[in-house]
Amino acid sequence: MADAAAPFRIKGETGEWEVVVGLEVHAQITATASKLFSGAATAFGAEPNTQVSLVDAAMPGMLPVPNKECIRQAVRTGMALDAVINRWSRFDRKNYFYADLPQGYQISQLYQPLVGEGEVEILTDEKDESTAKRIGIERIHVEQDAGKLMHDQHPTMSYVDLNRCGVALMEIVSRPDMRSPAEAGAYLRKLRSVLRYVGSCDGNMEEGSMRADVNVSVRKPGGEFGTRTETKNVNSVRFVMAVVEHEAKRQVELLESGGSVAQETRLFDPDKGVTRSLRSKEDAHDYRYFPDPDLLPLELDEEFLEECKASLPELPDDKRKRYEGLGITPYNASVLTAEVETARWFDALLEAGAEPKQAANWVVAELFGALNRRGESIDQSPVSPSRAAELLGLVADGTISGTIAKQVFEIMLESGEGAAEIVESRGLKQTSDTGAIDAEIDKILAANADKVAEYKAGKQQLFGFFVGQTMKAMAGKANPQVVNERLRAKLG
Amino acid sequence: MADLTSLTIAELRNGFRSGEFTAREVAESFNAAVAAAKSLNAYTVETPEDALAAADAADAERDNGELPPLAGIPLGIKDLFATHGVDTTAGSNILKGFKPPYESTVTANLRKAGAGMLGKLNMDEFAMGSSNETSAYGPVINPWRRKGSNVGLTPGGSSGGSAAAVAAGIAPGVTGTDTGGSIRQPAAFTGITGIKPTYGRCSRWGIVAFASSLDQAGPMAKTVRDCAILLEAMAGFDPKDSTSLDLPVPQWESNLSSDLRGKRVGIPKEYRIDGVPAEINALWDQGIEWLKDAGGTPVEISLPHTKYALPTYYIIAPAEASSNLARYDGVRYGLREEGVKTLDDMYAATRAAGFGAEVKRRIMIGTYVLSAGFYDAYFTKAQRVRALIKQDFRKAFESCDIILTPTAPSAAFGIGETTDPLAMYLNDVFAVPASLAGLPAMSVPGGLDAQGLPLGLHLIGNELDEQTVLNAGLAIEERAAFTAKPDKWW
Repeated sequence: MADAAAPFRIKGETGEWEVVVGLEVHAQITATASKLFSGAATAFGAEPNTQVSLVDAAMPGMLPVPNKECIRQAVRTGMALDAVINRWSRFDRKNYFYADLPQGYQISQLYQPLVGEGEVEILTDEKDESTAKRIGIERIHVEQDAGKLMHDQHPTMSYVDLNRCGVALMEIVSRPDMRSPAEAGAYLRKLRSVLRYVGSCDGNMEEGSMRADVNVSVRKPGGEFGTRTETKNVNSVRFVMAVVEHEAKRQVELLESGGSVAQETRLFDPDKGVTRSLRSKEDAHDYRYFPDPDLLPLELDEEFLEECKASLPELPDDKRKRYEGLGITPYNASVLTAEVETARWFDALLEAGAEPKQAANWVVAELFGALNRRGESIDQSPVSPSRAAELLGLVADGTISGTIAKQVFEIMLESGEGAAEIVESRGLKQTSDTGAIDAEIDKILAANADKVAEYKAGKQQLFGFFVGQTMKAMAGKANPQVVNERLRAKLG
Repeated sequence: MADLTSLTIAELRNGFRSGEFTAREVAESFNAAVAAAKSLNAYTVETPEDALAAADAADAERDNGELPPLAGIPLGIKDLFATHGVDTTAGSNILKGFKPPYESTVTANLRKAGAGMLGKLNMDEFAMGSSNETSAYGPVINPWRRKGSNVGLTPGGSSGGSAAAVAAGIAPGVTGTDTGGSIRQPAAFTGITGIKPTYGRCSRWGIVAFASSLDQAGPMAKTVRDCAILLEAMAGFDPKDSTSLDLPVPQWESNLSSDLRGKRVGIPKEYRIDGVPAEINALWDQGIEWLKDAGGTPVEISLPHTKYALPTYYIIAPAEASSNLARYDGVRYGLREEGVKTLDDMYAATRAAGFGAEVKRRIMIGTYVLSAGFYDAYFTKAQRVRALIKQDFRKAFESCDIILTPTAPSAAFGIGETTDPLAMYLNDVFAVPASLAGLPAMSVPGGLDAQGLPLGLHLIGNELDEQTVLNAGLAIEERAAFTAKPDKWW
């Protein structure tokens, strides 16, 4: 589709504008059940202040100890994003006062992050390889999350919940490489997909385990970068796209009316679909970053890196290419690899012996359709990959027709029985018995002598009618190929 | 029976084990001495029942064979160490009434070794000070006085309560912490012995942080042997402190030896600084003779970046402190000023009321040196100089095994006599380089000055080589034969 590949432009009064987008994605390391520097648990939705250690509450004399598994997950994520892993990195303190930040500083990595430059490939249109684009990753650093203030618990006071305090986050900083809302959306979806494949983050945006700070500026196409705004804590793909759309339009209007864009932090209002100013650059904190003296630099050895590398699963791009190599269409391959659960399910289906092309078509059309209708995710599918392989096998070897397969599948969804069992018990087996088929054909031809005459006079399209009648008479169980052959023979 | 409070820890240990006296008698003697010494203002909290409970446990165990190393020994604990259920305030109003629900690793180690606790010892607020005058509890008074004078002297700082307690016989041994001389300078001012081990030997977990990259716990006691005994119990790897050293604890006590044959004693030429009293330089020369007598060979060494140590320290320590002390915000524990409208006002009011002048000064210095636009000029530069100072020592230890210097540039001074902060900071001029380099260092009493006040000699060892520090300290101790005691006036 040429449209998707065409550059996104905002049409202003002075001509066309280009939007420049960079994302800072905060992804919680959900692979571990404990926090970055303390042993406290990290379950979502727990009672306030029940997941807080002495370290998280910043009691006097408490010290952070890095959770090795968090570091491992961030390294694996970096590797999955083709990024440079820094063998020597360090934690820094970002100092500011707020009631949700007990230490008075956040432990982060400013000067020497764990992961350096990498990139991801996005497709703004998954049916069209020509819309592929590489988005640069500038860095990934590891840091602590803050707690949460609750303003609705008391008429004059705010309460503090420290459950999230100290939870491990990866901040994945992109280059300002995106040029449209669609690219920003595709990038975030792709990032989420890779993280979920790696298993470092569950990508659950509703629960806040993934959120994005959206940096937007506009410029005349190909010109100098404009002044950017940063919209904080945007928590869905759709909202990220809305922020880009809205900010780009707002900035163009501002510039064309003789104003200028202020470098500021903004918030997105999902109800109104607009952003509004939170604080200007002048009000920005001086965070007084410096290396955290409670922590030694992180030094990664070869053995650790090798283990990280070896533990990586096949990633979406490689999987997609492998599927395409099996004859699966690019669209199907793209759909089947977007979500790790789908890919895992599909791999199990292939493992169970299903023919790739047939299996891909069936999953995308039949299985997705059924699950959609039932409101179930693929993990909840009542039909397992091995049962599905059995069903597809029956079609492939001619035991049942495609039409019967649909019926069998419906019964499988409801009853949980196996395909062969259903075919057997309900007598749905396709027949290639020419005697039985001939008998039915003879009856039909005899009952429709007028149509036979018309056919013989040249009305060839009536052939389909005879096929339909025969299939109906055979209750759909006749092998369509045999029916065709016998009809042609008898009709001359 | 001798006055038990005059005995060393080694003597108490032996007397208790041989049945000469009970642990309860020891604890009662010290409890009584503590109760009678309130005018020193050394303790902020007294815990006589804690000392008695540990003593009774020791007495009950005595006949059952194996006793832990400090069974029957009551100790004083600097108020910087978190003690479970016992006020831990770091000498500050901002932590008044704070009772931690946890025990620091070092004090837990001491308890495991059988020690009881006599109480918490007064100190400069957040360990920031060299005279104990910054404490929210008021200054500790040095048991020593100038000959023929009643003027109250400071015991030094920040471990001033700790030092005074040992000197006055109201604790046989104590914990101290040393960030830039806080064990060694007060030890020198009170005629006792104190060692700061290699950075990382003692866990910092549960010690209220001042400057994380410099803070290190250590013992203070009457003798070198007592310090070795206590340090063995305090030290050890702690997985809860990332900067703690994952090494076995050496047997310092059983390896004590004052035979220094084959040891080269480094004398840094840069430590001959202007304005240091002749008596102190004379004692230094005497110290060189003593170590020669013990078999050591003096060699001149150079520590060229020494002159930058104090300014470097006064950038790095306040920078770390400004961040470490951010947690005292009135939200979760300690002091909170009420009656304000906004969160920012609450922070400001709480911290204004809770911190003393010296702490505020250092928070401001630290905040300044980390600020945008000043960070490189101050903090980054200071880190570089710190690396050079470490390098100086590394080079120096290629040509020597132990370094001898004076501990402090003066004897104990009067309370209120030093009002200029910069003059106060100069107290640590000899102590700070070893802190920046993370090296083990110790102060041992060498003699009295003309006014009858104790002076200390300072030994700096190579990384992890506490043994040579202790051995050289023992050699001095044997030769100085420092037996002087303050006249009891309290």
